[in-house]
Amino acid sequence: MNMTARLVHPGAWWLWAIGLAVAASRTTNPLLLGLIIAVAGYVVAARRPQAPWSRSFAVFLRIGLIVIAIRMVFQAIVSAPIGTTVLVTLPSLTLPDLFAGVRLGGAITAESMLAAFYEGLRLATILACIGAANSLASPARLLKAAPAALYEFGVSLVVAITFAPQLVADLDRIRSARRLRGRANAGIRGAAGAAVPVLEGALERSVNLAAAMDSRGYGRQAERSPQLRRMTTGALIIGLIAVIIGVYALLDASAPTYLGLPLLIVGVVIGLVGFTLAGRRTTRSRYRPDPWSGAEWLLTGCAVVTGASLLILGILGTPGLTPSVDPPVWPALPPLAVLAILVSALPAFLTPAPPRPRVPLSREAVAA
Amino acid sequence: MIDFESVTITYEGAAQPTLADVNLRIDEGELVLVVGRTGSGKSTLLRAINGLVPHFTGGTLQGRVTVDGRDTRTHPPRDLADLVGMVPQDPMSSFVTDTVEEELAYSMECLGIAPAVMRRRVEETLDLLGLTDVRDRPLLSLSGGQRQRVAIGAVLTAHPRVLVLDEPTSALDPGAAEEVLATLQRLVHDLGITVVLAEHRLERVLEYADRIVYVPGDAAPLIIGTPSDIMRDVPIAPAVVQLGRLAHWEPLPLSVRDARRRAASLRERLADTPEPTAPDVGARVVTIDRTKASYGEIPALRGVTLDVAAGEVIALMGRNGAGKSTLLSTLVGLRRPDAGTVRIDGLDPAALTGPKLIGRIGLVPQESTDLLGRDTVAAECQDADRDAQVPSGSTAVLLAELAPDISPDMHPRDLSEGQRITLALAIILVASPAVILLDEPTRGLDYPTKARLAQILRDLAARGHAVVLATHDVELAAEVATRVVVLADGEVVADGPTAHIVVGSPLFAPQVAKVLATAPGQSVPLTVTAVQRALAATS
Repeated sequence: MNMTARLVHPGAWWLWAIGLAVAASRTTNPLLLGLIIAVAGYVVAARRPQAPWSRSFAVFLRIGLIVIAIRMVFQAIVSAPIGTTVLVTLPSLTLPDLFAGVRLGGAITAESMLAAFYEGLRLATILACIGAANSLASPARLLKAAPAALYEFGVSLVVAITFAPQLVADLDRIRSARRLRGRANAGIRGAAGAAVPVLEGALERSVNLAAAMDSRGYGRQAERSPQLRRMTTGALIIGLIAVIIGVYALLDASAPTYLGLPLLIVGVVIGLVGFTLAGRRTTRSRYRPDPWSGAEWLLTGCAVVTGASLLILGILGTPGLTPSVDPPVWPALPPLAVLAILVSALPAFLTPAPPRPRVPLSREAVAA
Repeated sequence: MIDFESVTITYEGAAQPTLADVNLRIDEGELVLVVGRTGSGKSTLLRAINGLVPHFTGGTLQGRVTVDGRDTRTHPPRDLADLVGMVPQDPMSSFVTDTVEEELAYSMECLGIAPAVMRRRVEETLDLLGLTDVRDRPLLSLSGGQRQRVAIGAVLTAHPRVLVLDEPTSALDPGAAEEVLATLQRLVHDLGITVVLAEHRLERVLEYADRIVYVPGDAAPLIIGTPSDIMRDVPIAPAVVQLGRLAHWEPLPLSVRDARRRAASLRERLADTPEPTAPDVGARVVTIDRTKASYGEIPALRGVTLDVAAGEVIALMGRNGAGKSTLLSTLVGLRRPDAGTVRIDGLDPAALTGPKLIGRIGLVPQESTDLLGRDTVAAECQDADRDAQVPSGSTAVLLAELAPDISPDMHPRDLSEGQRITLALAIILVASPAVILLDEPTRGLDYPTKARLAQILRDLAARGHAVVLATHDVELAAEVATRVVVLADGEVVADGPTAHIVVGSPLFAPQVAKVLATAPGQSVPLTVTAVQRALAATS
């Protein structure tokens, strides 16, 4: 494979992360979940480019910790306890029948805490996978790779992304200007005083941007019949609904199997037809699209192997995927699952490294 | 190439048209300069070329505008994108993407140009505009001159045959402005592109123009002609032209080079101009001692030492990013220095707030609108009275003195650039600060407004205020400054009386000094008024 430094297609990174996330969704085994986070973290460390968005992995890990904490607190206060090993007993309160007799407080058992921790950890792991994709794939390039039908949506997102730092800069300037008039910045009055000029400035800038985009040819369109337009919209909406139900059924083990994969495939096909129809409307071309070659196929392969293996192992009822919490036992390590997850660590070695920036950021960058 | 046939443009709700019965024909490969006072309709004229007026702005256009045979009535701006490249005033607000290369490709993507062609044109444009080094940089990290060149490149890649630019150099330092103008000239000469540009700083662009369109404003008919004809009697003229008018040179010189060749006799008459006496300055009000400041790891000030005395007008000069704005914000206590001390009247400005601060030092920021947040001028003035704890009505009286033409019912955003700065100045002045700072005050000001501002600043200094202005405008510095401080890379590299610093400097010398001086440091008048005074004294 060609290992010259380049940015791998952002869509491929997302596929890879989705594969890991699917794997995480099928197990509550803390050892496997830990392994998934480790694999994701290792690949991020090895292959993330130098960019502002590439630091989001750590942020997502922190959010994951919060999720675990919230899950355990809720378990302690609201849910009915599992098992018998009582750790503490809180004063309890049973709500009247109007609230379905929900019990607050009461005994907290080690088993229920463990179950809550496992479930929280599973969510945190899925979040870590999303964080990994965010760190590895440039959001702007991902939007560029979006199908032509999503083009307008993509443009508004890009504009929003570039607007945000400018808004922050505006806010800064206006807060300093308030000091220049001898006013306080603190409190609601300060915030309200800054809001009006910031919004006025943002509005003015939007109008300027709209004029600039119009003068540069944004929105040139090919002619289309109303019938075709209705068909496009219909196909997109039906496809999207089918995909959502299919994904839900696939991830929720209790849903009937015929709702899962078949519906997902049907949804994807209808959606693709819609995208193709919608794409005909714009006459745009694309500058230097990211290629889809060896590295991208490798990432797709990793996603399929990791995700599908855990799905199949789950259906086969392989022991060790959902370790028992009552009685609590030390989780076993199913070797096949470990192997399947480790496959997703291969990109750390087998994909090209991201290019280093050619020129360091200049000093006026920071001064501006 | 561009044809205006009896064009009248009226904005919605306006009592009279902005432009009336305009007939204008611009040929291929011409560089046309559009001049006029702020608010005279220059931008309207420019934006009518690619149909932004009236398709985008609203209003009514009577008559016909055609570009290369395409009527803007039937072609909205997007359908002219392959023919007219429009570079708006603030490049940053026109960028759609986030890196240089993507921005250069954006117009082509919209036009549906084949990927191979796009790639080639991007590479060509990077070379043509000297942007190769920054090709994959985020746009936010570029300097002002680079941004302007990216904005030009971004429309050039579509291979337009007309380029329209609205004040392309107004925010740039002299060096960066020359960079951009040299690029434009190359486009006209090498590629035969038709260029139409509006600019207030005529001293920078006059010599490049083939023709001038003077927009008098108030729907009066346009005056169109060669630069030397037009410059004979329009009220807007750069220093070199005013000097030529004063000395009755024929034909009128448009560049320093032309003027120097005719200036021999004038130089002789002014040879024994006495060195200007150093102005009386009062007590020291500001001391800056070995002050350092930085943004993260990047130093912005590396040990600046500077004193400011009452009655002085100091011009702070230096390229974009040299540390001028940082020094000003350190002075008003917006940021604490990393090392060294800053004292106003012996007090640390960063520790002062409210009336204690604004009664000592005031800053008119680069965007003077930042200071304004209310919806009428009157409300803004009342707020200022309250902020400064002065009797109600003081600001309104002061404003009427500075700018009698501002109506109290107007919305601050509807004021012209010059009026807005005056309003901001009145708000700052009402607290009677000992030190007044201005950051880039002449951006977007025409010559008469600039002269008025200069007069106000001189009066302030005469009344004992210390004035510090950060500026790229060498003419303004020559006009008002008693002292010039040049910053480079966060250090003071020159500090002294204006005449000593600017005469002989290729970047900081005003036009009159460039025409008259023969040796660096020589004592010559710096402005047309000074020449006038010197001539009156000798005759």
